[in-house]
Amino acid sequence: MAELLRIENLHVAFPTDDGLVRAVDGVSLTLNEGETVAIVGESGSGKTVSGLSVMGLHKKGAAQLTGSIFVKDGDHGVDIVSASEEEIRSLRGRTVAMIFQDPMSSLHPYYRIGNQLSEGYLVHNPGKKKDALKRAVEMLDLVGIAEPDQRANDYPHQFSGGMRQRVMIAMALMNSPRILIADEPTTALDVTVQAQILILLASLQKEFNMGILLITHDLGVVAQVADRVSVMYGGRIVEQGSVDDVFYKPAAPYTLGLLKSVPRISTHGSARLKAIPGQPPSLINLPTGCAFAPRCEFSAHAQGDICATARPELLGSRPEHLSRCHVLEATRDRLFIDELKEVRA
Amino acid sequence: MLNFVSRRVFLAVITLLVVSAVVFAIFSLLPFDPAALSCGQKCTDTIIAGNRIKLGFDRPLYMQYALFLSGIFFGRTYGSGAAGFTCPAPSFGYSYNENACVSDLLRQAIPVTISLALGALIIWLITGVSLGIIAARFKNKWPDRVSSIFVLLGTSLPTFVTGLALLIWVTIKWKLVPLSLIGYTPLWEDPIKFFQFFILPWITLAIAYAALYTRFTRAAVLETLGEDYIRTARAKGVKERTVLFKHTMRAVFAPIITLAGLDFAGLIGGAIITETIFNLPGLGRLTLRSTFEFDLPVVLATTLLAAAVVIIMNLVIDMLYAVLDPRVRI
Repeated sequence: MAELLRIENLHVAFPTDDGLVRAVDGVSLTLNEGETVAIVGESGSGKTVSGLSVMGLHKKGAAQLTGSIFVKDGDHGVDIVSASEEEIRSLRGRTVAMIFQDPMSSLHPYYRIGNQLSEGYLVHNPGKKKDALKRAVEMLDLVGIAEPDQRANDYPHQFSGGMRQRVMIAMALMNSPRILIADEPTTALDVTVQAQILILLASLQKEFNMGILLITHDLGVVAQVADRVSVMYGGRIVEQGSVDDVFYKPAAPYTLGLLKSVPRISTHGSARLKAIPGQPPSLINLPTGCAFAPRCEFSAHAQGDICATARPELLGSRPEHLSRCHVLEATRDRLFIDELKEVRA
Repeated sequence: MLNFVSRRVFLAVITLLVVSAVVFAIFSLLPFDPAALSCGQKCTDTIIAGNRIKLGFDRPLYMQYALFLSGIFFGRTYGSGAAGFTCPAPSFGYSYNENACVSDLLRQAIPVTISLALGALIIWLITGVSLGIIAARFKNKWPDRVSSIFVLLGTSLPTFVTGLALLIWVTIKWKLVPLSLIGYTPLWEDPIKFFQFFILPWITLAIAYAALYTRFTRAAVLETLGEDYIRTARAKGVKERTVLFKHTMRAVFAPIITLAGLDFAGLIGGAIITETIFNLPGLGRLTLRSTFEFDLPVVLATTLLAAAVVIIMNLVIDMLYAVLDPRVRI
């Protein structure tokens, strides 16, 4: 499996009147061909900002990027952080494509669907108008839109939400990109439609052998489609590993909290949902120690007040399953077992 | 579409009838005797009585209104025999101050006002929209700041200040444009004289509106640039210039057209100050003069005309909107 994307120690900060917002604070991850890597976290954890960084869609001047984002483009790699605006633009839609959360507002209301699709092709293949339209109809057909040659003449408002997300996917795949960034692709959709879109994405992934970077807050979606997961909190990755590791042997207290707060239909009658107490941290004034410490129920098990004073590193006994926590891994394993039983029940 | 248009035309006719009845009633209830106003200095009771019958003021009010309406469609004859005269359709009555049919007065004034409004519209659309785009594109940089100074000046300086300033400096001190004493020449008769006649009034009117349009366009462009579909366009790899001039402007276009249509309609009612400063014989000055002289038939006609233009422009804008915005179906 060839590596398509390598993010190394990415920092993204936005200067504001109130201070520097550290939206992404040292994120590293990789994405391989045919693989789905999920970034999970609550609102404001930095997952969308990370996705937009890969697309180079942050405004120059408004965002301060450091670190590197290597995108494989043919034989060579391009570092999005240091590349020129024009280099990044030529990658967008061709090598890296993105679909967004809200298909209702992500399509231009004044242009026909066919035109909007062809445009993405024409940008990278100038002058080939006929090919572009043909390709647009093909792609609409591929994403499951009936009578694609007629629907191409319709406007976005003539499509339902699920159909629009299919159109968005078709648009993203116009140039057969190697990397697809899917930012909450199912959040705005009905549950029944969500499943259809996920199945569609999975089948298209096989067909195009794409790497998908899936950004979501929905653990159910992650469990269904992802191979590897990075859990983000306060702009940092707090746990990284395979789906099985993260779901069955969570190592970070935050991940455990997330798993416990998923509502489930239980045979044992109704139990109260276990929300994580407290609020996510302000990205302007992150705690000096572990960002999760103020909300963490396990911080007492760490040595002294280390949780409040020092930042935990992303570590693990196995390199493919890493987590940030000051509590000894053995202690965590022991403590989490009982909690996990509850979750499984 | 046809259904929509016929319904709207029907509503427009009703509205105009109501407006005309109200305006007619207001002027008829004024404590003036129109017959007395119509007879000048050497007035005797006999002349007033004669005029009253001749101009129809002896009839009951509803008959006067009916005569006024029928005059619009069929023309109207005042008096009879050698002393009689006819205002052919569309007749809006007879101006006793000017001794002319109101429709003839309108016919002279309308081209002037339309030339003034149209020329100013073109100038303020071009400058206002381009300045707005530039200001949005370079938000918080120097072009934005310069344009905000222009916006501040344009919106706060009244037209009688900018107009007089232009007249004094450009025409009298710098002699860039000759002082026009001949008056209005139609475009097709002498284009150069036409432009010389109108250039300063155009600029005067355009400055005020261009400032508003700069502010409006800047806000609309900035708002649209924040839309999700603009991010989608960028994600496709579309060039920033295309994002701005195609994707963004396409969305900004419709509200600008609406605004321009309504402002244009408002100006047809008469740009009174500008027309007065530059001595343009347009509708604004006609209204002003007839108001001061209690020339009621003319005031009635210009009021109706202004209402009709606003109503018609609204209809045109609504139809244009259906063409511009695919989500609007009529």
